[in-house]
Amino acid sequence: MPEAIEERFSDNIPDAAIAQINESYEFGWSQPENYTIKAPKGLSREVVELISKSKEEPAWMLEFRLKALDIYRSKPVPKWGADLSGLDLENIYYYIKPTDALNSRTWDDVPDDIKRTFDKLGIPESERGMLAGVGAQYESEMVYHNLKEEWEKLGVIFLSIEDGMREHPELFREHFGTVIPPEDNKFAAVNSAVWSGGSFVYVPKNVKVEVPLQTYFRINAENSGQFERTLIIIDEGAYAHYIEGCTAPSYSSDSFHSGVIEIIVKKGARMRYSTIQNWSHNVYNLVTQRAAVYEGAHMEWVDGNLGSKVTMKYPATYLLEPHARGEILSIAMATTGQHQDAGGKVVHFAPNTSSSIVSKSISKNDGRSSYRGLVKVYDGAKNAKSNVECDALLLNDDSRTDTYPYIEIEEKTASVGHEATVSKINDEQVFYLMSRGLSEEAATGLIVRGFIEPIAKELPLEYAVELNRLIELEMEGSVG
Amino acid sequence: MNLEIKDLWVSIDNEMILKGVNLHVPAGQFHAIMGPNGNGKSTLVKAIAGAPEYTIERGEVLYNGVNVLELEPDERARQGLYLAFQYPVEIPGVTVANFLRLAIQARTGKEVEFMDFYKKLTRALEILDWDESWVNRYLNQGFSGGEKKRNEILQMLMLEPSFALMDETDSGLDIDALKVVAKGVNAMRSANFSALMITHYNRLLEFIVPDMVHIMVDGRIVKSGGKELAVELEANGYEPVKAMAASQPAAAF
Repeated sequence: MPEAIEERFSDNIPDAAIAQINESYEFGWSQPENYTIKAPKGLSREVVELISKSKEEPAWMLEFRLKALDIYRSKPVPKWGADLSGLDLENIYYYIKPTDALNSRTWDDVPDDIKRTFDKLGIPESERGMLAGVGAQYESEMVYHNLKEEWEKLGVIFLSIEDGMREHPELFREHFGTVIPPEDNKFAAVNSAVWSGGSFVYVPKNVKVEVPLQTYFRINAENSGQFERTLIIIDEGAYAHYIEGCTAPSYSSDSFHSGVIEIIVKKGARMRYSTIQNWSHNVYNLVTQRAAVYEGAHMEWVDGNLGSKVTMKYPATYLLEPHARGEILSIAMATTGQHQDAGGKVVHFAPNTSSSIVSKSISKNDGRSSYRGLVKVYDGAKNAKSNVECDALLLNDDSRTDTYPYIEIEEKTASVGHEATVSKINDEQVFYLMSRGLSEEAATGLIVRGFIEPIAKELPLEYAVELNRLIELEMEGSVG
Repeated sequence: MNLEIKDLWVSIDNEMILKGVNLHVPAGQFHAIMGPNGNGKSTLVKAIAGAPEYTIERGEVLYNGVNVLELEPDERARQGLYLAFQYPVEIPGVTVANFLRLAIQARTGKEVEFMDFYKKLTRALEILDWDESWVNRYLNQGFSGGEKKRNEILQMLMLEPSFALMDETDSGLDIDALKVVAKGVNAMRSANFSALMITHYNRLLEFIVPDMVHIMVDGRIVKSGGKELAVELEANGYEPVKAMAASQPAAAF
């Protein structure tokens, strides 16, 4: 276990990293070079100013960015988690403003081996586009416009982060950077300096948004990129479900992704944030996401991590006032060459707060999944309750899993439970399913699906289907 | 349908369990195998289904002329074989209904129409006097011994194999559950369906009447006869057949 934990995992939600940019990455995808603005490699005051200027930002934001740049430079790369030694922070582009080329990919652009895999798996045509990341799945324009009208009537704001900043300057400034200040950790700092893209959401008091807010709907907005920044404010008594639509494999050559997601859940409100990330296997994915949860409010994170080379992601919930509740459901799958360092953090600041973390990880071939979680209960958080359950499934003999549970309890009346299991794919289960006619691969896949079912069933149907498909893709060739 | 076991020798962990089994179950017939514990009955049916822990040392199992020992377990299932497990395995997170659809698809290689599936399922549940809510539960998870056995028969009715290998399907069942299970098996009876049943008790055979009964001792069939053999065995116990087996010279491997 790393030294000085307090300064590292528990106080800072880490992230981030960078690596060499592979100009031609594993799928041999080549992206048209029609960017309108492209900053030079590396991070400098000039790059930050260029970003700020291109977004026509107010002066305070430029100041915020520049201060964050200093903070970023003053902090070392965290060493307590996944191996980030492959990151070369000076050798990446910190800002590329794409034209709408990203949205105009077509099926023809999808690499042949991916197409073949789809054929092999018999994935219906209707699903292929989305899985391959070629444009919106839904008849989005119409759907979006209808929903948008309805939302506007209710006073719901759902915009790109840039539009949010421009159109709702006061609301934006009041909350931006309050849940995750740049000082939080090195990668929150880099995001604060160069953020671009992401969503801005506000749900007014007592408004319940029944249809999930999905980034798919935010067409014409800038695509979520390397340093996306999302700010979500759920006012008192309101409800929303936000789905980050990054399930499409990101065939980008970007090898460093560092997002910041800030969420404020006010008194009596409820918020669910779901995401399934599937970055290509050369990406360091280091994200800071945290919710501030007020009296009697309820925050749920559903977090799936499949792609990337290294992921460090621990959705955090700060239970700030009495009777606040937090739930974190985390799924990670690590295959060849991948390390998923994922989990969650819950901090109990107030009495009668409750939380649970359920983590399921799958390791295949030499993939490594780590559960890293924090439960902290401050003195005075009377009767705080927390339960942590982490289950790891190993598919091969050289697969690896680790559990790093950090539990810090200052309050005597708190009750905290922790349970961890590690299992291997069981030969008897495989034989049982095969004796019914399922191939070995199908049998193994079904066992894996069953393993993640408790989390998959929390997702809207189309996402659950997609999650299963993605896992099937990752399972390809896992046996025989 | 037509199953022929020829000079089958099977070992596990270097210990020979089956020592030259010969047996013929013609199409449309039900045969029972009885015998003392630990004499190879379960090994026989599991080895035919392709359980990975067994090593086939010699012999063949021809099913409709195909030596199934050369096939993977799923290929054997697609040939029409079905093993009703003595100890069905729990698969968490996979509902019975979902599993049944996948298994039917795997066996037939075709998409299953939802309405056809549903009709068939309703009928099978009716035969087994089982509530529909069971199919939404995770496969065998938290099922009692009797419920697991009933689920094995449900799967059989849904998958419609042409040959069932039943490994002590009656053990752990009370009389009511036994009747229900027997009803399910009897519903399968046709000229194109055969079964090989492992049991300890004549009780099962009163409800599922066999065409032949075979007695296995020390990895061999030592006696075969009609259904009256089961009654005789129940009356006299296994001692006479054990003695008889001891007097027969074992074949050398």
